[in-house]
Amino acid sequence: MATSVRATSDGSPRPSRTDPSTNRKSGDPGPPGGWRAKAYRLDTKASPYAYIAPFFLCFAAFGLFPLIYTGWLSFHQVELGTHAKWVGLQNYTDLWNNSFFWTALRNTFTLGVISTVPQLAMAIGLAHLLNYHMRARGFFRVAILAPYATSIAAATLVFIQLFNPDYGLINQLLGHVGIGNVQWSSSKWPAQIAISSIVTWRWTGYNALIYLAAMQAVPGDLYEAAALDGASRWRQFISVTVPSIRPTIFFTIIVSTIGATQLFGEPLIFGGNVGVSGGSDHQYQTLSLYMYDKGWQVGELGQASAVAWVMLLILLLIGAVQLLVLRSNRRKLGS
Amino acid sequence: MAQLTQQIPSAGPRHSGMSPRAARRWRRAGAAGGQQRAGWITYAVLIFATLVSLFPLYWTVVAASRTGTELVTPPTPLLPGSHLVENLKIVWNQVDMTKALINSTIVATCVAVSTVLFATLAGFAFAKLEFRGRNALLTLVVATMTIPPQLTVIPLYQIITKVGWVGHIQSVILPSLVAAFGVFFMRQFLSEALPVELVEAARVDGAHSLRIIWHVVFPIARPGMAVLGMLVFVQSWNDFFWPFIALNQQNPTVQVALQGLGSGDHTINQAVVVCGALVATLPLLLVFAVLGRQIVGGITAGAIKN
Repeated sequence: MATSVRATSDGSPRPSRTDPSTNRKSGDPGPPGGWRAKAYRLDTKASPYAYIAPFFLCFAAFGLFPLIYTGWLSFHQVELGTHAKWVGLQNYTDLWNNSFFWTALRNTFTLGVISTVPQLAMAIGLAHLLNYHMRARGFFRVAILAPYATSIAAATLVFIQLFNPDYGLINQLLGHVGIGNVQWSSSKWPAQIAISSIVTWRWTGYNALIYLAAMQAVPGDLYEAAALDGASRWRQFISVTVPSIRPTIFFTIIVSTIGATQLFGEPLIFGGNVGVSGGSDHQYQTLSLYMYDKGWQVGELGQASAVAWVMLLILLLIGAVQLLVLRSNRRKLGS
Repeated sequence: MAQLTQQIPSAGPRHSGMSPRAARRWRRAGAAGGQQRAGWITYAVLIFATLVSLFPLYWTVVAASRTGTELVTPPTPLLPGSHLVENLKIVWNQVDMTKALINSTIVATCVAVSTVLFATLAGFAFAKLEFRGRNALLTLVVATMTIPPQLTVIPLYQIITKVGWVGHIQSVILPSLVAAFGVFFMRQFLSEALPVELVEAARVDGAHSLRIIWHVVFPIARPGMAVLGMLVFVQSWNDFFWPFIALNQQNPTVQVALQGLGSGDHTINQAVVVCGALVATLPLLLVFAVLGRQIVGGITAGAIKN
């Protein structure tokens, strides 16, 4: 698959048609010149905007407007159905002074790290293996993607059973290797690991396929040259494969980070009837859950909006850091 | 598009002047463009990964066909039992699964059709038409992908409360009518699949733009539209956050019903809960079993060129 995106770099706008009135002779006896040509020109000029309009209109209505309005709400005290009252930065200072907010922030960060880092590392390894010439490659690819077809709710409900401390399969297996009863929901780190494993299970295959596609676009000459220089397979992987698919790695890191920041369904359902608080001791309450807690359990939509905007600021911050890292990487490579 | 199965011929050493040892190392290091032959370790790791991927799915069937008591008594059953029908009946008693399945089908179908339609139009414009501000607007499309739903749900919830749409599925359909991912996907597809000469030729023949869309763009875009439709359907079927907020147990989608099943107040029979998960997953797994390769091709094709 070619990596190049050709788009419309093929020369000037309409090179083939010089004047609309000349080719109208072919079977179309419209009025000479005049409105037809005008309509035609208008059609060519306006139609691109007409095609992209539905997307941007919907985005404005259901994306941009709510995004900004959430920001506005975050400076107000507002409950459902009441008038908003301006409170300035109070919602934000309240968050700053609330230990549950900090817990949620920390949990979002740790859950994000343990659900994305191993996931992407495994995905890249699997992609490398899937890139070998082998039997049943089609089967392997579909099989590792199968978890992608399950929903958050279904996967979590099944994993709750597997991770049950008393009768779950995982503790039984761990018992065989001498690891005692792990409390997968009541203690903090085991619970976070269990929740991360749901995320990892659902998304590793998907990311592996994305990496695989990028790897297949790496020109074979690079490997030939490396092999002639005596580079081992591992060396080729590190010095040829990884640098060649760097943009894709960057892309998956961004997508996974965004996904991890908004983690909601997995901890909610994993917690059963204490899901909204992220376990009895908030041990896996994420920012997203905290926002739902504030907005829909407590009914403080202004506070919930402030949480949402904190999430946006965090995402922007992470995005800026990632961009800086990418830039400095590029400079190091001298390109 | 989906050329995943393409095989670069595994070339032997073409350099005749090579010593046998160097040739062996060359072969072992795999000089055939990353298409080395897999060793047994590769197979072992991949088989293990396949087992890890598929086991929870298999075990869903096992647990869904057991009684609640069997499930919570170690050792955990590993073979299917005979209580599937019984559990299904309880699922249907506890939540309105029929309504949930119908709702999910309606929502996912509407969202998929509209996303594919609008994404094809916009993707065509971005791929093949010249207009002022194109690149900036395309960047904007990509940038919108990074906005998490958490930033939009509060005003949306206020709005649907005001117009009385809480618990009605149009509140779930409307905000999902377009998707930036889809626009990007169709742009990538059409910039490769649609020769610009074809559009030019139609223009020269005096076709207006709607004719071009209908007679030139849609026929060529069809394979891409099919793949995108499947991806969007899967995504919409599995969507949780907004449906959970906007709907309720009286009129749920499948995912919302599942959440209700899992956190219900009634003494929870875990086999029934897993049985519900099976019902929610089965339609998609069937689609997957039939069209898995196309979906694999679609995911890779849509993501590759960034």
